[in-house]
Amino acid sequence: MSESEATRTEASPSEATPWETVIGLEIHAQLATKSKIFSGSAIAYGAPPNAQANLVDLGYPGVLPVLNAEAVRMAVKFGLAIGARIAPHSVFARKNYFYPDLPKGYQISQYELPIVGQGSIDIVLDDGTKKRVGVTRAHLEEDAGKSLHEGLPGVSGIDLNRAGTPLVEIVSEPDMRSAKEAVAYMKKVHTLVRYLEICDGNMQEGSFRCDANVSVRRRGAEKFGTRAEIKNLNSFRFVEKAINYEVERQIDLIESGGKVKQETRLYDPDKGETRSMRSKEEANDYRYFPDPDLLPVVVNETFIAAVRASLPELPDQKAVRFSSQYGLSAYDAGVLTASRELAAYYEEVASEVPGEPKLAANWVMGELAAALNREGLESDGGKLPATRLAGLLKRIADQTISGKIAKEVFEAMWASGAGADAIIEEKGLKQITDSSAIERAIDEVMAKNPVQLADYRSGKDKLFGFFVGQVMKATQGKANPAQLNELLKKKLPG
Amino acid sequence: MSNVHTKTLAQLAAGLRAKEFSSAELTRLFLDRIEASQPVLNAFISVTREQALAAAEAADRELAASRGGTLTGVPIAHKDIFCTAGVRTTCGSRMLDNFVSPYDATLVAKLKAAGVVMLGKANMDEFAMGSSNETSYYGPVRNPWNTDLVPGGSSGGSAAAVAARLAPAATATDTGGSIRQPAALCGVTGLKPTYGRVSRYGMIAFASSLDQGGIITTTAQDAALILREMAGFDANDSTSVDTPVPDYAASLNAPLAGLKIGLLKEFFDKGLDPENERRIREALATYEKLGATLREVSLPNLPLSVPAYYVVAPAECSSNLARFDGVRFGHRCKEPRDLLDLYKRSRGEGFGAEVKRRIMTGTYVLSAGYYDAYYLKAQKVRQLITTDFTRAFGEVDVLMGPTTPTTAFAIGAKTSDPITMYLNDIYTIGANLAGLPAMSIPCGFVQGLPVGLQLVGPHFSEAKLLNVAHLYQRETEWHTRVPERYA
Repeated sequence: MSESEATRTEASPSEATPWETVIGLEIHAQLATKSKIFSGSAIAYGAPPNAQANLVDLGYPGVLPVLNAEAVRMAVKFGLAIGARIAPHSVFARKNYFYPDLPKGYQISQYELPIVGQGSIDIVLDDGTKKRVGVTRAHLEEDAGKSLHEGLPGVSGIDLNRAGTPLVEIVSEPDMRSAKEAVAYMKKVHTLVRYLEICDGNMQEGSFRCDANVSVRRRGAEKFGTRAEIKNLNSFRFVEKAINYEVERQIDLIESGGKVKQETRLYDPDKGETRSMRSKEEANDYRYFPDPDLLPVVVNETFIAAVRASLPELPDQKAVRFSSQYGLSAYDAGVLTASRELAAYYEEVASEVPGEPKLAANWVMGELAAALNREGLESDGGKLPATRLAGLLKRIADQTISGKIAKEVFEAMWASGAGADAIIEEKGLKQITDSSAIERAIDEVMAKNPVQLADYRSGKDKLFGFFVGQVMKATQGKANPAQLNELLKKKLPG
Repeated sequence: MSNVHTKTLAQLAAGLRAKEFSSAELTRLFLDRIEASQPVLNAFISVTREQALAAAEAADRELAASRGGTLTGVPIAHKDIFCTAGVRTTCGSRMLDNFVSPYDATLVAKLKAAGVVMLGKANMDEFAMGSSNETSYYGPVRNPWNTDLVPGGSSGGSAAAVAARLAPAATATDTGGSIRQPAALCGVTGLKPTYGRVSRYGMIAFASSLDQGGIITTTAQDAALILREMAGFDANDSTSVDTPVPDYAASLNAPLAGLKIGLLKEFFDKGLDPENERRIREALATYEKLGATLREVSLPNLPLSVPAYYVVAPAECSSNLARFDGVRFGHRCKEPRDLLDLYKRSRGEGFGAEVKRRIMTGTYVLSAGYYDAYYLKAQKVRQLITTDFTRAFGEVDVLMGPTTPTTAFAIGAKTSDPITMYLNDIYTIGANLAGLPAMSIPCGFVQGLPVGLQLVGPHFSEAKLLNVAHLYQRETEWHTRVPERYA
């Protein structure tokens, strides 16, 4: 990779360009059903190749698909969560093409009549502005298997464990105008499907992935530019990088007199670039037609009402409640509600330390998030239960320790799993709140630093901080900061 | 054991229970007849002697203990379109020449549970695509009444086997007439049930929205006994219908007085051979004697059934047969250079000409830009035809007419002209498009060749159709006739 390419992939198109980016995403979320969408095979990840493929999955002569009702329920759940119309009558269609990991020679999907109609999803951008992204439709379909090439010289292996895994494909309107918006939208869908417990959201295992349709047009233009579809992006970072690369590529192409071709492209994360996979002319004619083996899916009002009643508090609703109930900023509320587990964790901490919801928010979003991030964890996984973090915050609230000492205690808790009180006790970190003890320490510091004292008294106010530091050092940071400030203000002027 | 082979299935079942003969004796008798007939008739693709005798001995133990059901120990044949566990299931194609099914079709499992003994797998047109049994990779089946002639298709092996009394009954399938047409041309009784009455699970798909499993027997009574065992809802087939299965034999003798028979005007057209028409009219006169009344009804859209069928069926077939790609089972070409070569040669070598013709037709009618003009329009025509039938059944109880325009034709006579061949299904396709139950029963002979009378009823009216057919067979003896050579 050349130097210029490397830098270009990192760059994002500046606002000043005369170009506008238009992005639509097709997100594939694997539904968390126990069995496949049209057969009784299990769908657990990581089984030996073809251990989870029965005759239906293998497309044997004579076998027939039978729809898994749980997949329908999950798709309806998603539809209701985005305010979409649920089709009372939807139809499975066959998408015909040949590929070794597609056993029947067709994929069962929904085409003209999807189960979920138009809906929308609100996103919040980094600068706090809100944006509504339209969802065109969401439909049910089966996943294909996998072709394996590694370690198989000269041949390809076929693993059909994934064949028939239920997917919901969520198709957005071309409403996004930057890679960042696309990522915010994808993250929001990710949050939503996990709230709804219809998808585990595991992107490394491919449970949540997307195709990005990207085009550019001159600002103010009415018609969309020709789009390229980038296939199979399975991380938020790749989505952002692939889109930014593709936008630059299209702009460069047009500016140098070329034309964007309608085509399918692949993102190469190693090289940080997108590559042509096949052009529109090479595209398959999928010959969709209604699958005669499956009856239309009929969903009645009673069923919809039951699914609606099962919906959890959704992220947007929860964020609004967090703002009003805990007095948190919209941003903080948004961060804390990004996952159902995190929100529950926060609420538990906040309820254990009454009257300190902001303190709880700061610690959950600050130290806890940093620790998780450092270790690449999604949740504390029992390493630091909410009650234990609350135990630490209680000691800050009742002034047993300062915020600064608390960070030290936190690290010890994270490392050892011990409770806050035990660590404070063991390490003797209890805050000094006895005024006479703090005064004694101040007196010693003043005596040891006559020059600085004289300078302070002659008007160098900045040296106040020096004395705070020296006393803290002398007390191993245990002096109550507020008391220390007050006493220093009294004593230093002499 | 003399003339045991000419007994009906009902008589054989009774004989087994009365210990007149054992299942093993019966099974051996039919196996011997099959093997003797094979060089000429070629009605079977596989004869499963060992499995049959083992199953017969097991049935005899059941019978000795006075256990088992109505069909315990009765030998029958299965059309080679039904998957049979551990037994080669070819569907008449080179593509599946090496395919041993790992499972039983639901229909096969149900009949096995009812105690029947499988004699072997009956020959058929390749993937059930044909009207003469000439498209089979295993060679044509010959008509037992005249071995220069076709037995009809696609269930030609099943019909020939029953006509030659190589088996008292044979399962069959009907997508556009594949039970009724060969039954008519071979002088036996064929029943195509309502779409959804019999599970399609394990029946290798040709056109999923039209395919229906059924039975070929010598009598309506036998068909009633077998249908009872093979019908019913199957959780493995979403299109099977969850409605109770009646005791079809119980209503066989219900009087026909007041029965309103509709004569399908469109069936008595210029394509119908006049001698065949005479036999049909004679049969209708018999029904009048039994107390039925006749009236002519018109199904104005019925003449569109052949073109509509030859869009819908190939479309579904082009997709259904995509799984035969040489990757997981079936024929694979030798030393493929790459994936495309594997696909092209495996399919090119594995499929015969008629199957390829239909795959290409189907691919074409589903293609972008043609879908609306062909597939969608054909589906609309199908709806119109269904509505025609519904209207007719508002006026009459059962529709009657010829099953085929002529008696059996010569082997090779129509192979060069697919359209002429397709037109042989002109009277049978309507029932498939509308999903209706229908039968063909023998109603006489023209120059020594059998003629079939077709009966079509409303959805799930199998009990009535069997009743109507049975009372005719009580009055006539056409269905008891056996080709001289096999008598």
